[in-house]
Amino acid sequence: MTIRLRVNGTDHTIAVDPDTPLLFVLADDLGLRGPRYGCGVAQCGSCTVMLHGQLVRSCVLPVRHADGADVVTLEGLGTPEAPHPLQQAFIDEGASQCGFCLSGVILTAKAVLDATPDASDAEIRGALGGVLCRCFTHTRMLRAIRRYADGLKRTR
Amino acid sequence: MTTRRDFLRTGGALVVSFGAHALLPRAATAQPATAFTTRPSHIDAGALDAWLAVGADGRVTAYTGKCDFGQGIFTAQVQLVAEELCVPIARVTLIECDTAVTPDQGTTSGSQSTPVNFNTENLALAAATAREALLEMASKRLGVPVARLAVADGTISGPHGARVTYGELVGGRRFELPLRRTAKRKPPSAWTTLGKPVTSLDRVALVTGGFEYVHHVRVPGMLHGRVVRPPDMGATLVGVEASSVRGVPGFVDLVVRESFVGVVARTQYAAMVAAQQLKVRWKPGPALPPRDTFFEFLRRQPSRDQVAVDSTDVDAALGRAGDHVIRARYTYPYQMHGSLGPSCAVADVRADEVTVWSPTQSAYPTRSCIAKLLGIPVETVRVVFKRGSGCYGLNGADAVSFDAAILSQAVRAPVRVQYTRQDEMKWENYGAACAIDLRAVLGADGTIAAWDREAWVAALGSRPGYDRPGNIITGMLLGHEPEPLAIGPAEPPKGKLNNNSNAVPPYVAGCIAGACGGEGTIRSERVVTHTVRSPLFTGPLRSPLRIQNTFANESFMDELCARAGADPVAFRLHHLHDDRIIGVLRAAARAAGWQAGPRRSRAPAGDGVARGRGVACVAYEGHNGYAALIADVDVHVATGVVHPRRYVVANDCGPISNPDGLRNQLEGGLLQGTSRALVEEVTWDERRVTSVDWASYPSLHLDYDVPAIEIVFVTPANVPATGAGETSITLVPAAIGNAVFDATGARLRDVPFTPARVLAALRDAGSTG
Repeated sequence: MTIRLRVNGTDHTIAVDPDTPLLFVLADDLGLRGPRYGCGVAQCGSCTVMLHGQLVRSCVLPVRHADGADVVTLEGLGTPEAPHPLQQAFIDEGASQCGFCLSGVILTAKAVLDATPDASDAEIRGALGGVLCRCFTHTRMLRAIRRYADGLKRTR
Repeated sequence: MTTRRDFLRTGGALVVSFGAHALLPRAATAQPATAFTTRPSHIDAGALDAWLAVGADGRVTAYTGKCDFGQGIFTAQVQLVAEELCVPIARVTLIECDTAVTPDQGTTSGSQSTPVNFNTENLALAAATAREALLEMASKRLGVPVARLAVADGTISGPHGARVTYGELVGGRRFELPLRRTAKRKPPSAWTTLGKPVTSLDRVALVTGGFEYVHHVRVPGMLHGRVVRPPDMGATLVGVEASSVRGVPGFVDLVVRESFVGVVARTQYAAMVAAQQLKVRWKPGPALPPRDTFFEFLRRQPSRDQVAVDSTDVDAALGRAGDHVIRARYTYPYQMHGSLGPSCAVADVRADEVTVWSPTQSAYPTRSCIAKLLGIPVETVRVVFKRGSGCYGLNGADAVSFDAAILSQAVRAPVRVQYTRQDEMKWENYGAACAIDLRAVLGADGTIAAWDREAWVAALGSRPGYDRPGNIITGMLLGHEPEPLAIGPAEPPKGKLNNNSNAVPPYVAGCIAGACGGEGTIRSERVVTHTVRSPLFTGPLRSPLRIQNTFANESFMDELCARAGADPVAFRLHHLHDDRIIGVLRAAARAAGWQAGPRRSRAPAGDGVARGRGVACVAYEGHNGYAALIADVDVHVATGVVHPRRYVVANDCGPISNPDGLRNQLEGGLLQGTSRALVEEVTWDERRVTSVDWASYPSLHLDYDVPAIEIVFVTPANVPATGAGETSITLVPAAIGNAVFDATGARLRDVPFTPARVLAALRDAGSTG
């Protein structure tokens, strides 16, 4: 089956078994590195992408359900030269160790703050309930998200 | 053929091909294998050229056998080289753990990277040697004595504008010098790059998503492999039905060797489907011992015994004390590395050369084991480290590297193997389960008169090293045995006190034949360990055995303190003589505003929360880092939920390479320790491990309301650098348990501190009311 995807602003047409998880198409066919296989059962968040602006776990989403979709991955937020302000906050707060979890952490935080720019720390944490970091960089990540959220307040 | 020498000659080519990709997220992925030669001792670690090269452009390329899994050692090593060679960080390229070009430094583990590479040997000595050599070359070139030369920014200058750059002196050529024992490191007081907080050099790539993990290595013609593991430990293969996968679109091959089963396909999805559909018959392994009586089971097993210290008067002291002997039994469960990303490797096995891109901590040992498993000369194998998901010790990294090599050899094409979550969780080498019994006698003056420790440690396999592939699952399935356990009594202790596992508490004198290597004052001392065969694989997990032993020792110290009616900080200090552990304990107490006095249980506040404070300290591995932790903890007495609210940790690791990296490690260690203290435990039923995902093996997710963390650095002068990645985690279970006792009078002796266990302890203490 041929699947059409717009990923980080670029259109792609891919011939693929339609039951293939979206994650494998992004990682293997399109060479993206942001979304990563973590559990295969939507328990950890490593494979998180935005699909039509909604958070999805790409490891459990058959690509047939993403046909024609607009997908944004961690790479789509910003670049090394011009990181998204939320990514910049993670850099400024030193909020990484191995980094494997970052798609889930950053995209989930962005989604909650897009929807609720004045979210409290408890609300932000609540949104991150399904996201796992096994290096336990929690303190710095939450500080980075708070830094970004405070920046949003100032620019409103 | 291209040799390492040619790599050096071509300068930048090496960097582009094999090194810089870690930091150049948009660069091409790993190169297809190129011809290369290696020999077992093909890189002479005694030669300066093994460690450092200077290009014609003045860039410095350094080679290290200590690699980065997220702990920050990459950045710290770049700082080290930049510091000693007086160049900016941006001018240093670091090549990690590639058996074609880096020296063999064994395994990156055990909090050893800093002591090994940042003191007066190896990488640090190489950098110091190079600086001296460059100064001498400049002296000759400029006709100026070394004493009148200054070096800055890769340029050496003398009086009257005389100057020469590193590139002009040696650019593109080898030093052809041995490491010089006498080469002087810069003292920490002169540092301008080391000792400063430097943001991790991988961070921008990580945060913007382009970082290349081993999971992203792609080689032309690469196929996708999956393994099909047995249902339970000890099961052996009866047969496979090849017809069950023939129809899977994209299926390429089925690989069966002994009890090893794997599938290879054109896409990851096809490999996944084939692995799920393959019909395999197994002969079950032996039943597993019941979990509810597991620690009693451990105590009954035949054992290999070790005695770390024995003053031979402990039985007499216990006998004299009779009913007054204080006893406690502690247990610590199997726990998992539980890497967020299941392990992955890519192998390209060709007729005359093999390349494996691997997340292993042990590039050279892995190379040696792969050669053994494939039945080929070790010289033909190259292992190139590529970072995987954080490992915290021996996760599936080595096993998946073996798997990829076996599958690639069988199908004669490059193969990428990606574990599923179950593959990873069911078959990794877990942190060891332990039962630890402690006994002590308090003297009339409230001083501990005798300390007696006896522990049972479950062990099976471990790191494969250079020739023990059977220590991990893939090797075992291929017919190799794990390291046998030599059952037998202990030899009497001799030589220097070995406290690598922190079995010996810091409070004893640690005397062997009159030489006392302990940090404490208790003279009547005995520390015995029975290692027994584990039904599940075990191996090093961050703070291996140190966290288990420290949990028991520091909890028991707290019990003794309560019996003595003493203050927990003062009681510890009373039994210590080592300045460095005393230093961190005092620093933590001061920073936390510790109020002296005996601990006592308090009635919970009106909100049903009892609040307490606990302390724990450690001399990590005896002398590889010092830390003390004070934990403020809430105990919800109705539910049994324990919630740490504030941690104050004091850490002494000697001179600090990267304060920001150190903080990151200490913070992460504290929270990982919290997860391990409160929720993590491997479970099993009669036949098999049942912890197979994040529902059945809990971990504190990012919604956890984390405690506030305060960090104090203690930095004595004129001491070597020690490890620091495992100090803080080691203290967490004991500090929490001691705080729960302070809050409620309930003593927690079994990790993890689940609500059910806490409620039971509260009932025992009679303080649920």
